[in-house]
Amino acid sequence: MSYLRNSAAVWVPTVIALATLLVVWEVAVWGFGIESWLLAPPSAVFGELYDSPGLLVGHAGTTLTEIILGFAISISIGVVLATGIVWSRVIERSVFPIIIASQTIPIFALAPLLIIWIGTDIMSKVVVVVLFTFFPVVISLVTGLRSVDSEMVDMLRTLGATPYQTFSKLMVPTALPNFFAGMKVAAVVSVIGAVIGEWVGASAGLGWLMKVTPQYQTARIFAAIVVLSVLAMGLFAAVVLWEKWALRKYPATANQVTGLGEP
Amino acid sequence: MGSISGWTGAVVGQRSGISGVPDQPSASQDPLLAVSGVGFQYESIDVLEDIDLAVDRGEFVALVGPSGCGKSTLLNLISGVLAPSAGHIEVAGVNELVSRLGHVSYMQQKDLLLPWRTVSENGRLGLELRGVGATESEAEVAHLAESFGLADVLGSMPWQLSGGMRQRVALLRALLPDNAVLLLDEPFGALDAITRSGLQQWLLNVLDRAEKAVLLVTHDVEEAILLGDRVLVMAPDPGRIVAEVEINLDSAATNGPRITTARDFVETKRQILELLSNGAVSP
Repeated sequence: MSYLRNSAAVWVPTVIALATLLVVWEVAVWGFGIESWLLAPPSAVFGELYDSPGLLVGHAGTTLTEIILGFAISISIGVVLATGIVWSRVIERSVFPIIIASQTIPIFALAPLLIIWIGTDIMSKVVVVVLFTFFPVVISLVTGLRSVDSEMVDMLRTLGATPYQTFSKLMVPTALPNFFAGMKVAAVVSVIGAVIGEWVGASAGLGWLMKVTPQYQTARIFAAIVVLSVLAMGLFAAVVLWEKWALRKYPATANQVTGLGEP
Repeated sequence: MGSISGWTGAVVGQRSGISGVPDQPSASQDPLLAVSGVGFQYESIDVLEDIDLAVDRGEFVALVGPSGCGKSTLLNLISGVLAPSAGHIEVAGVNELVSRLGHVSYMQQKDLLLPWRTVSENGRLGLELRGVGATESEAEVAHLAESFGLADVLGSMPWQLSGGMRQRVALLRALLPDNAVLLLDEPFGALDAITRSGLQQWLLNVLDRAEKAVLLVTHDVEEAILLGDRVLVMAPDPGRIVAEVEINLDSAATNGPRITTARDFVETKRQILELLSNGAVSP
């Protein structure tokens, strides 16, 4: 489990950066005498988290369920679409324009219609999450599947590989690094998708909570944002762990450029 | 033996063979590989023209030519990766009407090992694609690994190996499906001179010469003379075979690095280099 190894050097810069941001924010609110309904200081936001954890955690659970369902559906759709696009030029030419067109739809404008079509239960939010997340999954997977070395394909053909064997034994493993890059993007935007879905029509979830909370209760709205950020970071970290497990045999670290400008 | 266009049959001394394998009467049996009248066009440019060659069972034929003369294209045609524009290719045991893919062993210049697979998993790829189970195919890899010097690294990843070791894994992968014809495309071209020299000697020992027909493509004349029973000389634009040289070196028995400085070796090399430069100027 060497991919779980961490050291203080990994965490210290992150902690210092976050702490500095919070201190500057807190001092600025007090120093400039900003009203707390206009900009709640971090202390008030954390006070809100401390005072009503049940409320926030309960709604976070609803939002997380929508995200995980939507994300899982996105991955399934993404795998099917990307496979079809790479497999057949007819599928590519017929499906790709529709995929791109789907991303030009202002989802905020479409969401009320989704509520009418699907109802106010969880599925309407799941659909919005899918609309936000399947695109990075499809694009990254198509790019990854196409990044295969044609000499490798020929080598497999001389060994007698069928197109399916070439796909499963060469193209899929080649595509994994790109696929995970797309899933990291999808993990973060999935949170936005869920909030927009809840904003338009829901009876629970952090997006709904932010909408029904009176505007002057800024601390509660900010607390909900903090919980959403933690959700996004947790999803991102989960994808990173999944990636490290899936790519554990790849010669990855030796080829990645890190700390280019460091002495 | 297939007829070779251009002038042929430059014989140097008695045929003693470089490997010590006894000569086989080539006329009494069909060659394992027969290429006749093969041409290949790419975007209406003639890449190869009227290629005739035959390789018998137990024979090692080397094909030398300058870069870009279509040597690798010819191997791609024989292996079935490409289809010829003219002529036909016969591989013993393979119906000419079906694909030769999977029936001709082909080792490229790049090792093309899958980076996420261990040495053993790379080696058994050809068997795996034929549906041979993991246990059985891994046992076959392990069986060959000893003579390939890979027994200790079967569980290693490709990036942990030297270039020479990676090439040996690639050859093991090509040989395991046990096809009658083996094609080698500059197999040691990317290696340093010392590693290359060691692997050339090793290759002659490890190949089951009696069973296979081997066709080697190289731009290294010394490698062609060291490994080949016959050397075919190619010229470019369009790629064609212009001469055939039988390799019969008395010095072959000396082996090792000294052979390349023996008088008959140097004379053969001079002869082939002259053929190459003649081919380069005359159309």
